[in-house]
Amino acid sequence: MQGWATDHPILEAATLARIIVITSGKGGVGKTTTSAALAMGLAQRGHRTVVIDFDVGLRNLDLIMGCERRVVYDFVNVINQEANLNQALIRDKRCDNLYVLPASQTRDKDALTKEGVGRVLEELAHGYDFIVCDSPAGIEHGATMAMYYADDAIVVTNPEVSSVRDSDRMLGILSSKSRRAESNEEPIREFLLLTRYDPARVEKGEMLSVDDVQEILSLTLIGVIPESKSVLTASNSGVPVVLDRESDAGKAYADTVARYLGDEVPHRFLQVEKKGFLKRFFRG
Amino acid sequence: MGLLDYFRSSRPKGSANVAKERLQILVAHDRTQRGRPSYLPKLQQEILEVIRKYVEVDMNAVSVKYEQEDSHEVLELNIVLPDTAEGRI
Ligand SMILES: Nc1ncnc2c1ncn2[C@@H]1O[C@H](COP(=O)(O)OP(=O)(O)OP(=O)(O)O)[C@@H](O)[C@H]1O
Ligand SMILES: [Mg+2]
Repeated sequence: MQGWATDHPILEAATLARIIVITSGKGGVGKTTTSAALAMGLAQRGHRTVVIDFDVGLRNLDLIMGCERRVVYDFVNVINQEANLNQALIRDKRCDNLYVLPASQTRDKDALTKEGVGRVLEELAHGYDFIVCDSPAGIEHGATMAMYYADDAIVVTNPEVSSVRDSDRMLGILSSKSRRAESNEEPIREFLLLTRYDPARVEKGEMLSVDDVQEILSLTLIGVIPESKSVLTASNSGVPVVLDRESDAGKAYADTVARYLGDEVPHRFLQVEKKGFLKRFFRG
Repeated sequence: MGLLDYFRSSRPKGSANVAKERLQILVAHDRTQRGRPSYLPKLQQEILEVIRKYVEVDMNAVSVKYEQEDSHEVLELNIVLPDTAEGRI
């Protein structure tokens, strides 16, 4: 898995896939939501993409992607060579470029071996442009397996103390325990994705602002996803929220995908939406 | 204080600032721990045992500081001896 280029990673991806890990340390911050949205967004922009659920025992990605009833074989079956990749990969019905590799529901977490994961990623790297790895919470085995082979990491963070702290710990792990770190290659590119952002609470001083979090973590900001009802609506029906073009979260994820692909897109939804008279009154 | 002033001045007082300050301290501390070699706690323990053969010092008498500079690492040992001669065995 060579082919590292700092300036134009996308051009290089013609040969081998870029591996992106969606990670956080803390649970429930929006990793799976982000994995589904990013994978769908990349695929819609014409890139062959596979999204892998590393959350062995607690598989959820298939639900968020809306393909839970089509799961036959899973990631662990492929690692154990009980099924081949073609049998386990589920092609998305909405987008031809997108495939899902589900996690297994029952097996123990040690089923993900470094060699096994490496073998599967290597095989996928030849057929795809992007491999998105949805990491489980924590800093244990599953999470370290999800990030080990990564080229890029998107650190999903909520504007909240424990999430920010855990993200920082994750950064330490990315820079010391990954394949790139161990083999002294260029380090993993790390990006901050701030999710569940509530500008109204930020304005009231009740919530850490984008600037606060960035100042603490000093990472490249790839996107800010607002707290949005559309996320639940999307997960209820198994549609990655990026497909909801009307919603703020959907637009924010689409912007994030564009930025990842190198477009310059200004950040949106950082301010409270102007609501006419009252708003103007208080802002002077 | 007018209504507008109230809204303006309420901003820096919010709990978000407390969160930020706490995080800055915490993250800075976490980061200094991060690059430390894993043998440090054991090293500290053994040095303490050797010192205690000769001088009665308490558990916190030995501190080990590890710092990474551009081209080299510094290991700083700090041993606090008791100020009276009574400590000698
Ligand atoms: N921007 C958002 N606005 C509102 N709700 C959100 C947002 N992002 C995520 N959520 C909600 O937060 C919950 C957790 O999201 P998700 O499952 O994506 O997190 P996770 O990090 O994958 O969790 P885990 O660590 O358990 O794998 C879900 O109920 C989801 O709907
Ligand atoms: Mg998840």
